[in-house]
Amino acid sequence: MTTTEKLLVSVNDLCVHFRGNPKNFKAQIIKAVDGVSFEISRGETLGIAGESGSGKSTLARTLIGINKPTSGSIKILGEEVSKYSNASLRPIRKKIQMVFQDPYDSLDPRFTVAQSIAEGLQIRNVPKSEISSEVMKLLSVVKLSNSLATRFPSQLSGGQRQRVAIARSLATKPDLIICDEAVAALDVSVRAQILNLLQDIQEQTGVSYLFISHDLSTLRYISKNVAIMYGGRIVEFGNSDAVLTNPQHPYTRALINSVPTLSGVREHRNRIIGEPPDPANLPTGCSFSPRCNESISQCSVQTPKLLQISPLCKVACHVRFPHAENEASEGGKNYV
Amino acid sequence: MTTWLLRRTIQMLAVIWGVMTLAFILAFIVPGDPARMVAGTNASAQAVANIRHELGLDQSLVSQYFHFVVRLFHGNLGVSFALQNQTVGSVIMRALPFTMALAIGGILWELLLGIPFGIIAAYRPKSAFDRIATFSALFGLSTPPFWLGLMLLYFLAFKLSVFPLNGVGHPLIWYLILPSFTLGVGGAAFYSRIVRTTVINVLRSPFIEFAQLKGMPASLILKRHVIRHALMPIVTMIGMDLGYFLGGVLIVESIFGIPGIGQLAFRSISTLDVPIITGTVLIASVFMVLMNFFVDVLYTFIDPRVKLQRNT
Amino acid sequence: MSNAKHYLAAEADIDISSVSLSFSARAWSSIKKDKIAFLSVMIVIFLMLVAIFAPWFAPKDPLFQYPEGLSKIGAPQGPGSHFFLGTDQNGRDVLSRLIFGARVSLTVGVVATALASLIGVVIGTVSGYLGGWIESILMRLTDVVLSFPLLLFCIALIAVTGPSTKNVVLVIAFAYWTYLARIIRSQVLSLKEREFVIAARSLGLTTPQIIRRHIIPHLIPTIIVYSTLGVATSILIEASLSFLGIGVPLPQPSWGEMISEGQKYFQSAPWLLVAPGVTMIIAVLAFNLMGDWLTDLFDASTKVAQR
Repeated sequence: MTTTEKLLVSVNDLCVHFRGNPKNFKAQIIKAVDGVSFEISRGETLGIAGESGSGKSTLARTLIGINKPTSGSIKILGEEVSKYSNASLRPIRKKIQMVFQDPYDSLDPRFTVAQSIAEGLQIRNVPKSEISSEVMKLLSVVKLSNSLATRFPSQLSGGQRQRVAIARSLATKPDLIICDEAVAALDVSVRAQILNLLQDIQEQTGVSYLFISHDLSTLRYISKNVAIMYGGRIVEFGNSDAVLTNPQHPYTRALINSVPTLSGVREHRNRIIGEPPDPANLPTGCSFSPRCNESISQCSVQTPKLLQISPLCKVACHVRFPHAENEASEGGKNYV
Repeated sequence: MTTWLLRRTIQMLAVIWGVMTLAFILAFIVPGDPARMVAGTNASAQAVANIRHELGLDQSLVSQYFHFVVRLFHGNLGVSFALQNQTVGSVIMRALPFTMALAIGGILWELLLGIPFGIIAAYRPKSAFDRIATFSALFGLSTPPFWLGLMLLYFLAFKLSVFPLNGVGHPLIWYLILPSFTLGVGGAAFYSRIVRTTVINVLRSPFIEFAQLKGMPASLILKRHVIRHALMPIVTMIGMDLGYFLGGVLIVESIFGIPGIGQLAFRSISTLDVPIITGTVLIASVFMVLMNFFVDVLYTFIDPRVKLQRNT
Repeated sequence: MSNAKHYLAAEADIDISSVSLSFSARAWSSIKKDKIAFLSVMIVIFLMLVAIFAPWFAPKDPLFQYPEGLSKIGAPQGPGSHFFLGTDQNGRDVLSRLIFGARVSLTVGVVATALASLIGVVIGTVSGYLGGWIESILMRLTDVVLSFPLLLFCIALIAVTGPSTKNVVLVIAFAYWTYLARIIRSQVLSLKEREFVIAARSLGLTTPQIIRRHIIPHLIPTIIVYSTLGVATSILIEASLSFLGIGVPLPQPSWGEMISEGQKYFQSAPWLLVAPGVTMIIAVLAFNLMGDWLTDLFDASTKVAQR
């Protein structure tokens, strides 16, 4: 076992394209994820920000094996898994788990809390005699009382259900937990509790997180680095404090400015107009260019590469790197 | 839309092919020697063998199947064994109009009884009318059609002589009222319940409330919104029912003496008249498949949600 | 840790276990309120008991031709003190025949429906969950069977294989599985997308495990409802076949056959037609009503769970 492997997940140029219903006899390719690269180390939390349609959920589902990558590489602890079949993925699945957005639907309503958690334990081949005590241990990790073990999800609050979901995901002793909008459906007060819980767990067990959210303040709170996704690509990447206080990409800037605050008059610069791009029909060049108020002619011709703009941050923008070497493209790569 | 249509048509053809094959297998497993039946019981073995050869019955299974399919494409359903060389086609054509009239009558009853009852019951939920209507509906669903037919015959035709006792004559409609009612009552019951549930749900939806607040008169609401929604599940079911009825409802036909396809099929089974069996089975199934297909296409025009899919 | 206390304190007061009752508790309270549902369930249970314990319920031998059952000129007797519902043209006791007929109808109904459910659930689940070409083929197969004129097929098959109870059961099962297959398939299609199924997949469970643990338990309400309605339908179909003379073979009494015989005597002995018909209506009605009640019950429970 390569415990010296500090790099947990290494994604390189990942593309996830789907075949859509043919429109006017033309085959439609839906480019949900279009050339994404990042790395996650042990014990680290990487945040992914983006609106609906940016591809972040597809990315999460591809990492846990629900969607198949169209091209690119995914390395888990050094092992290349992008072309694995379902059967060969099975041992890998233990290492990456997911907590879903909907606390009401991610637990089987017919399973008790203990049964839901025990399913995860069973994957680890925990002997039957020990299952009960392991379940209790996990319940205490997520700070739920043991008396809830025999309850059904319909008898729990949203926050409690999410804790159960977290306990279930911990049952396989994963190296990475993907939180796909895990707190978005919770009340704000509960949200803070869950985020703190996640951080405590990380301190205790050294698990890494991939935290997906559309809420920038959550990401800033919990993740060390953050990637901003737009149109299936990462447009800005770096230390979350740095990116969120001093955003470089026009989209990130507009995103931050659009967050309503309680302080006085809003600035009306950088307001985003228009709609997010249709993944079946991405614009050529930079996918944000049609809505960008800083765009130059190069933006609609070439797709910008993610380049280092400061020691802590990378950005993909022609306006920031007007003379950089970029590859010519027709709106991203086409892999069918 | 066109891709969907193409796919659906191919599906339909596949089903028709499956039905054809099933009909052929059916014909094959029917016991009895058709050649002997055609030749007659007193024919010599040589005559039987000749006829067998003529009918192509001495060929292999596969080649018989092949010829069967080819003949079908030419619209030739074969010649009846038992009915003295009449073509299956002509026999069926004689019986079909009666079955069609009966089927249409049945559907009319279903609509005339089911839809109004369902709508009225939905507008007055839990009222006396609703309870009676629901109960009669359940009653209609649970009554065996043959028993109902017999009861109707006994009381209305025999005892009271309101309706004719048997067979067909002039005016045809008069002879068909009781049988089509018997056919339709079960479906009417079913429809009325579905309409009631659908309309109740529609009446509860926000856009109806909005229309009422706007001051739209109830009759207009009914006409524009409610009926459209009520019709949607009905359209699907009418298709299936029509297909089913057109296959010949043999029990009702035999009780009331209507010389339709159902009667034809039944008699042909007792005489083991294979070509007619195959013919009637085929006609019935093809009707069913065509109706389903037609309903599917119709649905894209009625249901606005499916309409959107159509245009992309 | 003070943090722990903080967490527990925040969550502990939200205890809604009192709101969500168990299924049997809800069923019980529902039936106490709804008199019609209560009545229908009682009738169904009664019919089942009658069917199982027919010899104990029937006052007389259903097959025996009682000489005192016929009048001096050999006509059947009407309902009276001796023969509760009268006799038929052979002097047999109508009531006893009805009771033993119940045994036939219910046995055929239950077995045929069980068989149809088994086939329908398997085909529906496999085609719904696996999708792809398997689904296409299975669905086309279902369509072919659905399009085939049911009664004709039954008749033809029985003409070929000879009337027997076994054949009747098989033929009814053959007709009914298609309805269940379609319904189950559409349910499985939507279940497949639920997050707890995706969670189970991401956990690494195998497909059979997922189907067994997470899909099939959610199908049970549908199966129960459609089985109840299926028994109702089977009773009708069996009666139709017996009416045509190709159902359950003689000398076993069957409601359909009784109606068929009763046709001939409806002028002189109307009770021969009325008694089996009314009995059938009550039986089928009871099953339909029970199916309705179960539908409402399961609908309500899914609404509670979704809150």
